[in-house]
Amino acid sequence: MAPPSDLAVLQLLALRASLLGSIRRFFEERDFVEVETPAIVPSPGLDVHLSAFEVRTSEGESVGWLATSPEYQMKRLLSAGAERIFQLSRSYRAEEHGRHHEREFTMLEWYRANATSDDVIRDTEELVAFVANALDQPAPEVQPPWQRLTVDEALQFHANVELATLANDEERFFRVWAETVQPRLGNERPVVVTDWPSSMASLAKLKPNGMADRFEAFFRGVELCNGFGELTDATEQRRRFEQNQSERRAAGAPVYPMDERFLDDLERGMPESGGNALGVDRLLMLLVGADSIQSVMPFPEKRL
Amino acid sequence: MADTSDIKKGFKMLVDGVPFAVVDHQFVKPGKGQAFIRTRIKNMMTGAVIDRTFKSGEKLEKADTEERTMQYLYPEGDSRVFMDTQSYEQISLTNEQLGDNVHYLLDGTEVDIMLFEGRPIGVTPPTFVELLVTETEPGFKGDTSSNTTKPAMCETGLQVNVPLFVNAGDKLKVDTRTGDYVERVKG
Repeated sequence: MAPPSDLAVLQLLALRASLLGSIRRFFEERDFVEVETPAIVPSPGLDVHLSAFEVRTSEGESVGWLATSPEYQMKRLLSAGAERIFQLSRSYRAEEHGRHHEREFTMLEWYRANATSDDVIRDTEELVAFVANALDQPAPEVQPPWQRLTVDEALQFHANVELATLANDEERFFRVWAETVQPRLGNERPVVVTDWPSSMASLAKLKPNGMADRFEAFFRGVELCNGFGELTDATEQRRRFEQNQSERRAAGAPVYPMDERFLDDLERGMPESGGNALGVDRLLMLLVGADSIQSVMPFPEKRL
Repeated sequence: MADTSDIKKGFKMLVDGVPFAVVDHQFVKPGKGQAFIRTRIKNMMTGAVIDRTFKSGEKLEKADTEERTMQYLYPEGDSRVFMDTQSYEQISLTNEQLGDNVHYLLDGTEVDIMLFEGRPIGVTPPTFVELLVTETEPGFKGDTSSNTTKPAMCETGLQVNVPLFVNAGDKLKVDTRTGDYVERVKG
């Protein structure tokens, strides 16, 4: 990846500005309100394979962590009565760097109250088609509706293995997924993968079939977004956080605190909701046919 | 001890006791999942390229390899003898180890020899070598097109496809990466 010339950086920033503008237009046309939530948060998320930056004062006092996603605060807004909200923000993940990962990246996150994950999947399909059109990147292959597959179907189709045989071995699941399944997902057109094992979605509700109400969209082998039919049961949420914490402890990972205010607000009541988090840099990379997110970022870490 | 954060192009490590060099690598992390480094690695003994996925953070053992520039001296039975131009130390590689590269060795040719735990495992000849044609069908005068070719035997036993105008006694420039004829050398 050659460092871009000054002109290329300015062109890239203009392209990013029209991408962000079209995302805002898309949501405004659908009566969403753009919201802002803090970058420094009391809990960065408890998923076992998540690593956050701790923020300290120069005296060494911990003041929190950089948000790995704005999820807890946005859901608190749902508890407060918000119905349709979106946010474009920076998110931070301490140990992720590669062609499709940067430790600081731009995340688009949105929520719909009184809605299901299906509603949010439809938003996702329409958003990507809308943005491709707005950026003048003709992409007939992203027109809705996208293909749907369950995790089990994706495993059987691309790796010839049944989910049931991997259910008790997460490392093997993720290895098969990373090596064999994901690179083949969405090669022609984007695909939405649903019905994840319940252990892999601690903030999603369960579907009647016992699987997590979680979906991910993939395009050309790249994970584009991760969404949920949101869990609204505070007791169950606390139980899962405790489980995450003990898994982190067992794995020797730092044990982050629970966000108690998020749990309080969940207790007060949050409507049935659907939400999604989408990697904006990856979306731009895919739409312009780049091969890394760094090539569509003006200042990726390596060029800072 | 190295780990997956040391992986970069050309990094040499032991996999199942065999030295491999990293050709390509990619960080992958399925959503909510364990992070991995997907690699494409080349077996330094056989040249075979395979894909291997490592858990992020997994410990790796560096391969004890070293590349030295050496000069080709002479054949000895089924082997070829080389000399380190600095230490004058001599080592030999079998024709089998040398494979096709045996055809690029002329007296005094300088090659890079890869050593693994002190033992030679492979050789990289110069990218281009100049070889004398010992045998080929007589050339057609005036035919300078290179679309039609014929086989030619070189002094080292290498057979290359050459344009029709090439004659026995001509010197050829040959690309050792592909074994292809490049041009006729005046001289």
